[in-house]
Amino acid sequence: MFRLLNIEFHKLKHSKASKVLIITYFILLTSTALIATINFDFAQVQFHLAEMGVFNFPYIWHLSTYLSSAIKFFLLLVIVSMMANEYSNKTLKQNLIDGLSKKEFVLSKFYTVIIFSLASTIFVFFVSLILGLIYSDFTEIAVIFSDLEYMLAFFIKLVGFFSFGLFLGILIKRSAFAIGAMIMWFMFESFIKGMLHWKLKGSVDFIMQFLPLESMSNLIKEPFTRFSAVKSIAKQIGEDLSKDYTVHFFNIIIVIVWTIIFVYLSYWLLKQRDL
Amino acid sequence: METILVLKNLDKKYGSIHAVNDLSFEIKKGNVYGILGPNGSGKSTTLGIILNVVNKTSGEFSWFNGTKSTHEALKKVGAIIERPNFYPYMTAKQNLKLVCKIKEVSTQNIDDKLKAVNLFHRRDSKFSTFSLGMKQRLAIASALLNDPEVLLLDEPTNGLDPQGIHEIREIIKTIAINGTTILLASHLLDEVEKVCSHVVVIRNGVKLYEGRTEEMTASNGFFDLKTEGNQDKLESLLENFEGIYSIKKEADGKFIAILNRDISAAELNAYLFQNNVVLSHLVKRKPSLEQQFLTLTNSKS
Repeated sequence: MFRLLNIEFHKLKHSKASKVLIITYFILLTSTALIATINFDFAQVQFHLAEMGVFNFPYIWHLSTYLSSAIKFFLLLVIVSMMANEYSNKTLKQNLIDGLSKKEFVLSKFYTVIIFSLASTIFVFFVSLILGLIYSDFTEIAVIFSDLEYMLAFFIKLVGFFSFGLFLGILIKRSAFAIGAMIMWFMFESFIKGMLHWKLKGSVDFIMQFLPLESMSNLIKEPFTRFSAVKSIAKQIGEDLSKDYTVHFFNIIIVIVWTIIFVYLSYWLLKQRDL
Repeated sequence: METILVLKNLDKKYGSIHAVNDLSFEIKKGNVYGILGPNGSGKSTTLGIILNVVNKTSGEFSWFNGTKSTHEALKKVGAIIERPNFYPYMTAKQNLKLVCKIKEVSTQNIDDKLKAVNLFHRRDSKFSTFSLGMKQRLAIASALLNDPEVLLLDEPTNGLDPQGIHEIREIIKTIAINGTTILLASHLLDEVEKVCSHVVVIRNGVKLYEGRTEEMTASNGFFDLKTEGNQDKLESLLENFEGIYSIKKEADGKFIAILNRDISAAELNAYLFQNNVVLSHLVKRKPSLEQQFLTLTNSKS
């Protein structure tokens, strides 16, 4: 496993484009968390997010993982291009001739996906922890380390999403088209959702949760309506926003199954193809 | 002699195109083999199959008596396919380091191999800045990194200028002298004739000939002969001579007698002279590999 990771990191280390994207990604990971520390000052109303409790444990785990997953697209570019470039440079062929098996090739990419996801998770964990320790109103150990399942969900979500990118990279062989295909697929899922809402009202969510992108976005639901300030405003205008924000075990299983499908399909495609 | 590679009834179909048709041959240690065939005859497909990048339709092949899986065996093989494929953004040295990691060999050899192909001074230049000849030489350095037991070359001089062709051939010859087994696919006959001890001729995926290179060129010698005397008598004498299987009369009165055993010019001359035919012209010729190749590839169409 370390040999395969070593090979893959050698390929990434010397690629300027990948390096720039990876560094940008991690800078953005930090800054999404920092956005909230900004003071807004308009019309004599001071608006300081940190003092409104957005950094309170354990709510911060939910908020930061949700915001951070929005910038996963930067890393998706790296993942898709590291796959598609092997086709366009024909280095995939050379790797196989040099004695890498097709299985090892796919695994080397998948291990890299895991490492990237793990690194992102650890990174987000520490940034949130530090922000929380500075601004949170509650700093009891038991409160700090509650709701950590959002970190697990974040990790699973990234692995699933990047595995999808990996598969599209192998399937389409061109980075730009593979990203395009991802967007098309997203539109396709939205279309299905719309059609389901129109045709059979009740069981939309039940069916939708099995689709790959929807299942990934279900892992971490939007945290804004959970925020106490928003909730109290909603209550005043007579709207009940309470819903289930927890991470569901069943959802995690669905995403893991998709991950296995994507990785296996990548391997299967590679095995079928003549290079 | 140790067997390096065995192909048994290998078959590859691309839809309706039969690229490799029931191909069998063996590669023994220490020989230099040429796979000869016109463009599109299935040479590259055959190499692709044994190099794990093309899926066979049926048949079998095994490296080193089947003691290793294909991808493990390939770590002991050096291969260069039509176009050199490396990471354009990496330098020569970085590319070779990656190959070392894949083949699981030490990186100590890199400098020596770069010197061997005369690229040491460009070791820190990016691959994308290389000329085709330099790329091809880097590919050779890469194939030699693991001191392979067998070297596979697919059209190694394709697209190179005469200088580049010469350099590559010199490198191949040096490698061959050191006792490395080589399998060279080419449509260039002089290349194969100069370098290879054994040859496999294929066309449309079918094997037409397999054997030693000199046997292929020497198997059928022929005589070019002419007399000022009795033409008919010469013809009938030749017909009765054991070892001549066909006679052709050319427009200028020359006869061409094709042999099926090795007859010296003196032997034939003595026989004709004893039978009162005096020749004005007698030359024994051997067909070039090119003539042989064309005969082979044209005859079975």
